Amino acid sequence: MENHADAHDAYPKPGRRWVNLLLGGGVLGSIASFLYPAFKYIIPPLVPESTSRSTVAAKISELKRNSGKIFQFGSKPALLVRTADDQFKALSAVCTHLSCTVQYRDDLHQVWCACHNGLYDLSGRNISGPPPRPLEEFEVHVQGEDIVVSRKA
Amino acid sequence: MKNSPIIAVLVLLAGAASASAAMKDSCATCHSALEDTKLLQPAKEFESDVHHQAGLTCADCHGGDPNDDTINAMSRTKGFRGAPKKTQIPDFCARCHSDAAYMRRFNPRLRTDQLSEYLTSVHGKRLKQGDSHVAACVDCHGVHNILAVSDTRAPVYPTNVASTCARCHSDTHLMSGYKIPADQVARYEKSVHAQMLAQGDASAPTCTTCHGNHGAMPPGVGSVASVCGTCHVFFAQLFQKSPHAAVFAKMGLPGCVQCHSNHEIVRPADDWVGVGPQAVCVNCHAEGDRGYDAARIMAGALAKLRTSQERADNILTTAERSGMEVSSARLQLSASNEALIKARVDVHTFDPGEVEKLTDQGVGISTKAYEAGIAALRERDLRRKGLGLSLVFIALAIAGLYLKIREIESRLAP
Amino acid sequence: MATLYRRVMSWLDERFGAGSIEEFLRHKTVPLHRHTIWYYFGGMTLFLFVIQVLTGILLLLYYRPTPNDAFESVQYVVTQVRFGWLIRSVHSWSANLMIFTVFVHMFSGYFLKAYRKPRELTWVTGMVLLILVLCFGFTGYLLPWNTLAYFATKVGTQMAGSVPLFGKWLLIYLRGGEEVTGATLTRFFGFHVAVLPGLTTVFLAMHLLLVQRLGMSVPPGVERRIDEGRERARSMPFFPNFLLRDMMGWYAALGVLGALAAIFPWELGAKADPFAPAPAGIRPEWYFLFMFQTLKLLPPKVFFLDGEFAGILGFSLGGLVWVAIPFIDRKVGFGRVTRFFTGLGVFAIGYMVVMSALVFR
Repeated sequence: MENHADAHDAYPKPGRRWVNLLLGGGVLGSIASFLYPAFKYIIPPLVPESTSRSTVAAKISELKRNSGKIFQFGSKPALLVRTADDQFKALSAVCTHLSCTVQYRDDLHQVWCACHNGLYDLSGRNISGPPPRPLEEFEVHVQGEDIVVSRKA
Repeated sequence: MKNSPIIAVLVLLAGAASASAAMKDSCATCHSALEDTKLLQPAKEFESDVHHQAGLTCADCHGGDPNDDTINAMSRTKGFRGAPKKTQIPDFCARCHSDAAYMRRFNPRLRTDQLSEYLTSVHGKRLKQGDSHVAACVDCHGVHNILAVSDTRAPVYPTNVASTCARCHSDTHLMSGYKIPADQVARYEKSVHAQMLAQGDASAPTCTTCHGNHGAMPPGVGSVASVCGTCHVFFAQLFQKSPHAAVFAKMGLPGCVQCHSNHEIVRPADDWVGVGPQAVCVNCHAEGDRGYDAARIMAGALAKLRTSQERADNILTTAERSGMEVSSARLQLSASNEALIKARVDVHTFDPGEVEKLTDQGVGISTKAYEAGIAALRERDLRRKGLGLSLVFIALAIAGLYLKIREIESRLAP
Repeated sequence: MATLYRRVMSWLDERFGAGSIEEFLRHKTVPLHRHTIWYYFGGMTLFLFVIQVLTGILLLLYYRPTPNDAFESVQYVVTQVRFGWLIRSVHSWSANLMIFTVFVHMFSGYFLKAYRKPRELTWVTGMVLLILVLCFGFTGYLLPWNTLAYFATKVGTQMAGSVPLFGKWLLIYLRGGEEVTGATLTRFFGFHVAVLPGLTTVFLAMHLLLVQRLGMSVPPGVERRIDEGRERARSMPFFPNFLLRDMMGWYAALGVLGALAAIFPWELGAKADPFAPAPAGIRPEWYFLFMFQTLKLLPPKVFFLDGEFAGILGFSLGGLVWVAIPFIDRKVGFGRVTRFFTGLGVFAIGYMVVMSALVFR
């Protein structure tokens, strides 16, 4: 055992120094390459929640009365309308005919599809033209400055 | 009938015993007890008739005295009109149905111009000339079991109209007498309109939508586009402004029907445009004329957009399968699809410039989506590089461990 | 470095006698012979379990166990969270690797007769751990709430229902109701992150404690050769020699996991739709395939028993026999050769492999 201790105390041979360096460097480097992703992971992303159930569609200040805005809801477009009498309506913007993106017509006060002249009322009901089914309606809640749109429960 | 007075008295007693509604209708009471089916049927059928439900009796149409239980109820002196002859039927029904004041009592919204429309129709004109084989009111609406148009069992309910017209118009023998083909309904059944109707969409076009119901007439060559245009608004508008409108009018060609057919209207495909084997343009245009070139260019533009979309779709699918997030690129790509749909509408301007404007827009969008896909794949490759780096450190660590083991064990070797 | 270590150890020793533990570990040895390589699989399984716990905890920071949110939260992790794709794929791949190593570890202990006296309890606690690991796999598989997971769970829990007497109750207990619903998801989540880890900790502690107390088993063949003087009894110190070798294996495993996560990321699939028909070719994960195929091949009636129940009964009895192997193979405890049990083990492996392969025909 004495030799053991002597060998430990003596200046390490050059070969051993390189091995220690290699081992230490490799272990530390590998630990860093594991800890780095873990720490990045814990940082909450900019978008704090999945946006496919609920999302902030717009700010109150950016949407005038009798106008509409297209926003991304999950992976599909949706339409937010601020009506002439200051109500908020949110509908899917995917036309039920051939999936064109619909828009709000401030002259008709209805939702219109430019592809084949389909018309929907503000509750999403298909009232004229080729669309065979109504547009899906979403729930709208106002939280401070934000207009939050979420899927119906 | 020799026993008729005795039977009448017996039935009267039975009728009194059952004490039915306020209206006394001796016609129905008597005829319901008869054995001869020809005389029995009207009484039986009338039970479900919409006129009966409105409170009318046999006498309201046929005259006579419903309070009289004897055969005298059917005397001319009592106003009995009997069954009208075929050529008299329209006037027979119009006695009430063209009287707005009378009709208002029952349904103020019902129109009262059916007779005047009918007289402008082919059926009406021929009937006036004495042809009893053409359709009159009862041929489509029924005689004694007439149902409201909104009743799904009615022969004139939208989903039933085609088969009602087919009763005569698919009869080759009958139609040959008028020198009309008898295949219209068969062709219509193959159409996309018939499919929509079969799926329960009562707003889908049927015979009467384009031909009119009471004033039934084939639309004239000049008005075909307007007829189709009542639903297909954009297409009719564009066609009217296009070079084809004037040319077709001069040549006496029916607008939409020329390419889309009148009864056998099927879903159009992109290869109808252009100069290929399925194209409709080459039915008139030949190589060398401007129309031929225009067709070729339009078909090319559509094909270019489709290819560009496919390319973007493929790369986005690859990216998705590798676990990359490309939902906003997908959203972009759907806008490109919209451009394709609009381009197909604009084909009806027959102006390659218009079509190319839209397809170029679409190609621009799908190219951006494609680039987003490329970026996603680059990000994926970056991950693999990161993996490579960590593998390097792992390899170093393993090498270091191995050498350390060797070193320890060489020192301690006995 | 060394003096710092000494100072810390003596501080701990004064407080709870860490010194004796240190002494023990210093003297722990590992027998060296031609089957030594199998000793690494226990440590590898433990390492992969630690990976599962760590990645599992990270996933817990974002996962939501309700049918409305589960799929979306996993999608969120994989697409929005930085390195979320890595954590999730590592968790899924490591689960499969761990099940593989735990089977290798169990079979190596079986064939090398490590279960003989005095290590019967080590074997029993180990078998309990194996069953817990399979339960981890089964419960975890449902959590992403995609089509495959939903239907695999439906089929799997359905099998529990065919046990007579308490089959119905067992099915309701597993599913949290008659059908696979959000209640099932909550229940499975509870099992996966609380109940099973708790049980595993207890049994793992027992298992490891027994291994430390009893040392590593030397296979009977080697023991005999040493007794007969044909082989020398060699050993290596656990610390640092065996541990350094262990670490080499662990690093290699990390490399494999990283490569799998980056090159073959675990699929997200499509969100489960309970009202859609089951997709064609639905089957459970690979480690349940042999049971699945057996049940498919059984006739509707086996003697007087319902076919499916007979299959489950067979597997249950087989499992019980397997756990009780140390008490059945008594001769091996006296140093006798028991080829029958070796043959039984070969049959078991062969059966599992062949049955699993048949699913793909």
